[in-house]
Amino acid sequence: MLYIIQTALELGFLYALVPMALFLSYRVLDIADLTTDGCFVLGTAVSVTLAASGHPFLAIPAAMAAGAAAGFVTAFLNTRLGVPPILAGIVTNTGLYTVNLMVMGWSANVSLLKTPTIFSLFKKTGIGGNWYEALLAGAVTVLMGVLLIWFLGTRLGLSIRATGNNIDMVKASSINPSFTITVGLCISNALTALSGAMVGQYQNTADINGGTGIVVIGLACLIIGETVLGQRTVVKGAIAALVGSVIYRLIYAVILYTKVVPVQGLKLITAIVVALAIAFPTIKSWAAFRKKKMAAGRKGGDSCAGR
Amino acid sequence: MLDVKNITKTFYPGTPNAKTAVSDLSLHLDRGDFVTIIGSNGAGKSTLFNAIAGSFYVDEGSIFLDGTDVTYMPEHKRSLVIGRLFQDPLKGTAPGMTIEENLALSYLRTAKGSAPFSRISKKDKELFRERLKVLDMGLENRMKSPVGLLSGGQRQALTLLMATMVTPKLLLLDEHTAALDPGTAEKVLKMTKEIVARDQITCLMITHNMQQALDMGNRTLLMNDGNIVLDIRGKEREGMTVEDLLIRFKAGTGHQLDNDRMMLSR
Repeated sequence: MLYIIQTALELGFLYALVPMALFLSYRVLDIADLTTDGCFVLGTAVSVTLAASGHPFLAIPAAMAAGAAAGFVTAFLNTRLGVPPILAGIVTNTGLYTVNLMVMGWSANVSLLKTPTIFSLFKKTGIGGNWYEALLAGAVTVLMGVLLIWFLGTRLGLSIRATGNNIDMVKASSINPSFTITVGLCISNALTALSGAMVGQYQNTADINGGTGIVVIGLACLIIGETVLGQRTVVKGAIAALVGSVIYRLIYAVILYTKVVPVQGLKLITAIVVALAIAFPTIKSWAAFRKKKMAAGRKGGDSCAGR
Repeated sequence: MLDVKNITKTFYPGTPNAKTAVSDLSLHLDRGDFVTIIGSNGAGKSTLFNAIAGSFYVDEGSIFLDGTDVTYMPEHKRSLVIGRLFQDPLKGTAPGMTIEENLALSYLRTAKGSAPFSRISKKDKELFRERLKVLDMGLENRMKSPVGLLSGGQRQALTLLMATMVTPKLLLLDEHTAALDPGTAEKVLKMTKEIVARDQITCLMITHNMQQALDMGNRTLLMNDGNIVLDIRGKEREGMTVEDLLIRFKAGTGHQLDNDRMMLSR
């Protein structure tokens, strides 16, 4: 049991930056940024490749910079060239597949063999005992969460929030929406790449397909967290990403351990959870409408009878 | 202050739907002018505003603001010095952000606040509270509430405050009280007068209420068919009634003024 919790915490913290990035792009900026999958692998690829050549620390900011560059490409396509945001993300994502292969020296996976990683180096300090991985991942994630919350309270942060909240207002005020969208997507993709970078060094490997479905899992985490924490504010949103990620990994670990559901079925379940959660308001209003219609019918005032 | 020189704007050029919304229009405003604009449906009033604000670029002509050529300046740059209110009270504020954060956006955009990482300070909050008190809507005690919880009138009042937080060189009011209930409209209008007079803002206001057009400001423009047909000011404007205005309009254009809302509000 303790093992399950430990694994869930480790993975939960490691992957929490993806829902946090999605909080910024999907919730704050109101853009469904599909760069995420490829960007996550980009982070992994850059991080593992650099760690393999003996630079585990440099690997982290380098991965973030690479992620920000990917975000910039998506934003550029969207804001300057008029490509719709979803399509811009897909286009970048597709292109990233080749870029990622290139980063990994044209091979589909790269492994770290006995080369030091941030985790192995941190283990040597003896801090956290057996929980050192969860501790390091947690510290990085919490730090990023705090920075994100702080940032969204600055003038630039407020401008980014306004861009996603009321584009009409932004156009009539002195904010350049192209600029705020670009900054927002760069930051969110840097966070995604950071998550990928840590996961890569944690697993000692980078795989070209390691990011498949990450965006849906990230959304599921965010939605789980928001359901637990309720009302949406910036602080709650960032915490929701973290809490949701841990809960998701806990469920994942339990399923993996108990095998109530075949592990291969997990992505389908995740997809269904996300679809239902996003569809929830529509389903709710539809149900309310049905109820109203039924009640009207019972009173004999149903003018639609026979239709 | 504002110099609009022979501007022309055609929508959907080269198609059967081509519509010249303003044609060869010129307008000069002096500093401190408060000009009201009335006109038929489709006379080009809002197009004129969009052209001045930079929502699109004009096909011909040029626009100067305070001596600067802004003809090809993008909208967000012009809005540093142009404040704007729309008819839809929901357009001017971000519903998911608090009153304080909305105000901060308008305030930080100029002055010292141009630093991207500056935050809302205690001093800013004091200033916001002070300004909100003037509205007399109790908003100064709800600074942490999301703007989405406010009524349309409150949101429009807040938008007015935001547009004038840092005194703009030009204020564009596009029927900003038309969507409000009569009581609130009255209140927002009174506030508009006070703020414009206090800060001596050069102001253009579109209205469909002819009495209001004559009562407010120092000059009234009548627009028809993409151009200004009447420019009433000075002695001529004093003591002018709505009836006089209608007669003048007919004499000037050869047909009746046909703005449905204008007629209904008489």
